[in-house]
Amino acid sequence: MLNLIGNYSLILALITSFILLFLSIKNFKSDSNLNFGIVVSISLQSILICISFLTLLFSFIISDFSNLAVYNNSHTTKPMFYRISGTWGNHEGSLLLWLLVLSLFISIFVFRTKKLLISFRILTIFFQQLIITGFLLFIIFTSNPFQLIIPTPTEGLGLNPILQDPALAIHPPILYLGYVGTSIIFSSSLAALVCRYTNKEWASDLKKWTLISWIFLTLGIMLGSIWAYYELGWGGFWFWDPVENVSLMPWFCLTALLHCTSVLEKRSNLKSWTIILALSTFILSMSGTFLVRSGILNSVHTFANDPERGIFVLIFLTVLILISLTIYFKYNDIEKLTRSFLLSKESAIVINNWFMMYFLGVVLVGTIYPIFLEVITKEKISVGPPYFNQLIIPFLIPFLFIMAIGPKLDWIKNKKFDAKFTKIILLILSILISYLIAKNFNTQVLYSTLLISAALYLFFISITDLKNEKLKLSQKVSHTAFSILIISIILNSLFSEEVSVNLKKGEEKQLSNYLLKFENISKMEIDNFTSLKAEIHVIHNDNKLKFYPELRLYKVPETITSEAAIKTSLFSDNLVVVNYLKDTNYLNIRYQKKPFMLLIWLSAIMLAVGGLIGLKKNFK
Amino acid sequence: MRIKFSYIFVFLITAFILLIFFKSLFEDKSYVPKKINNKIENISIEEFYSGNNLMLKELINDEKYIIINIWASWCIPCRQEHQYLKNISKITDFKMIGLNYKDKKENAEKFLEELGNPYDVILRDKNGTKSIFFGAFGVPETFIIDSELNIVRKYIGPLNLENQVEIEKLLK
Repeated sequence: MLNLIGNYSLILALITSFILLFLSIKNFKSDSNLNFGIVVSISLQSILICISFLTLLFSFIISDFSNLAVYNNSHTTKPMFYRISGTWGNHEGSLLLWLLVLSLFISIFVFRTKKLLISFRILTIFFQQLIITGFLLFIIFTSNPFQLIIPTPTEGLGLNPILQDPALAIHPPILYLGYVGTSIIFSSSLAALVCRYTNKEWASDLKKWTLISWIFLTLGIMLGSIWAYYELGWGGFWFWDPVENVSLMPWFCLTALLHCTSVLEKRSNLKSWTIILALSTFILSMSGTFLVRSGILNSVHTFANDPERGIFVLIFLTVLILISLTIYFKYNDIEKLTRSFLLSKESAIVINNWFMMYFLGVVLVGTIYPIFLEVITKEKISVGPPYFNQLIIPFLIPFLFIMAIGPKLDWIKNKKFDAKFTKIILLILSILISYLIAKNFNTQVLYSTLLISAALYLFFISITDLKNEKLKLSQKVSHTAFSILIISIILNSLFSEEVSVNLKKGEEKQLSNYLLKFENISKMEIDNFTSLKAEIHVIHNDNKLKFYPELRLYKVPETITSEAAIKTSLFSDNLVVVNYLKDTNYLNIRYQKKPFMLLIWLSAIMLAVGGLIGLKKNFK
Repeated sequence: MRIKFSYIFVFLITAFILLIFFKSLFEDKSYVPKKINNKIENISIEEFYSGNNLMLKELINDEKYIIINIWASWCIPCRQEHQYLKNISKITDFKMIGLNYKDKKENAEKFLEELGNPYDVILRDKNGTKSIFFGAFGVPETFIIDSELNIVRKYIGPLNLENQVEIEKLLK
């Protein structure tokens, strides 16, 4: 019954899509008001997709195993919270969620843009409906979440335990809000191109959508990173894993776009570039989806590898790229650039964009180059963190310095560049502090000093700028947050310590300055797993810390996961991870000291809050 | 309309990237190591139904090769490769042994009921410790072993049609 409701609402939504495509072509240029039929159809479509999603959600809640997706990904012993998150924890459900957000966003667009040009609105709806139609066809024909199993099994196969984590339960929806937001940016840019509507009015509307996508993407990436840190127990928060990279690429693009729209809004400049960025953002999101969903990129996020699905997404991607290229080259006029001086806000933003494009390029090459190599030469390679670190970190130094100077420059031409006394003092101060920090390390003193001082300088400047009323609050908050984020990441990587040892119960071992003791181990049965809790003491300079790391033996499917025991304080995280050594009484015990972890998360949140402030201001 | 040079240029690059993406869809994701001369120890493993322990060598009578397939009911790729295993099992004069990996007995039985049982003997690796002796990384993996317990072939990841043909050639 539930399956039927869900399935038919999807089919009806597809029909509404076709109606909408037809209506938007028919009414293009004709009306002075938005056609009533369009408004009704869009609302109807959103409601239908909503029903379909709620049906799937309900099937997961009541564990309706006649549904294949529920059977494959759920289990009666699973706690309610994870049954709900199981809805989008699998391929079919996550696509349905994606579709839901797509349709909700276009409804919001229709109701929030009444003041804008009517033909522009209709065209945006048209392009957005193309995307929605593509997704609907994809879901109905290759990834239907409402497939029946007959006879109905009594028990499901369970959700991958590694996905049973609070951060991960909300990570996909947040990330999707970010990804899908870029679809509106895409449709709106194409529509604006065709209507020659690339003016200030359009830019300020585009900016809202850019901000929305950017906030969610930032939070989504952060949540994924939190999950990797706490759940995977690898002792890090960023691994340059292909799937992480795929979410980072649209982020670079969006960040560039965010700054670019200000130039367009204030100075009617950089039109073509804004459009290129807007189109690339969505195309990157879609390519990312393709690479992940088709199983081409292998990583911790292993999804089913089904060439049929891959071909569908690829065809869809090709169509979208073809449409956007053709429209761009047909409608884009050669732009007469208004003259800007080197020392102006525009130039600073253009330089910011160059850097973003450089970072994007590095990540893009590192992510897809192995695929190219494999296809062309049959050679398998994997690109690891050293590549990314070496190509990205040195370029952060000039980037951070420019970020410190840029925001205070005037538009067009900066009248006077007053190197104020305080600024120079701050610069000297940052270099001094950085040198004091870096000289503890024998290697790369100059490099570390430069890097830390660039980040510190940005931090000091941002702090002194907090009082500056000429600057926007959103920008001040975000830039301060970014400087804290970079400083925390650098110090974290410089000062992290790790010791690792194999111990039996009752044994202890001295490693450099740390004494590790394996005191005890206890076993407990909890809902859907058996928990083995070890008691580990870490003694450092007469300071004793007790840790209770855990191994979870899941029954369905049978998997072992390791839960790190983490003691968090503002300035440092101490954690112990244990791993099971097969066929022995030994546990592998790893103790890690990770400074400034909390600051990394907090500054990422603050970054998003900066975006939120900007969004609020734009909606006034 | 005069077609712009830049359009053609961007178009060609995009087409190239998409073509590579398309080709990579069909790249073989399973991996066959080139050099394998490893011998497996003659270990004892639990028989699936009876629960009795068997020595690995007891399984080989006068067959030239045996196949050992590591599988689990919770492993989705195992479902995919099952049809190929069934095809291979139609060859008569060799043994196909299934090694059930970290699985619940009921679930494993259900799996075989649903998809068919290609195995002559099923062994059970309840906690995943026995598979280590084969040098297995995960499920599914398939080994072809000669009568002296030397690993002749090893397939990591689900078997495909190509693998099936190759195995059939070797066994016939």
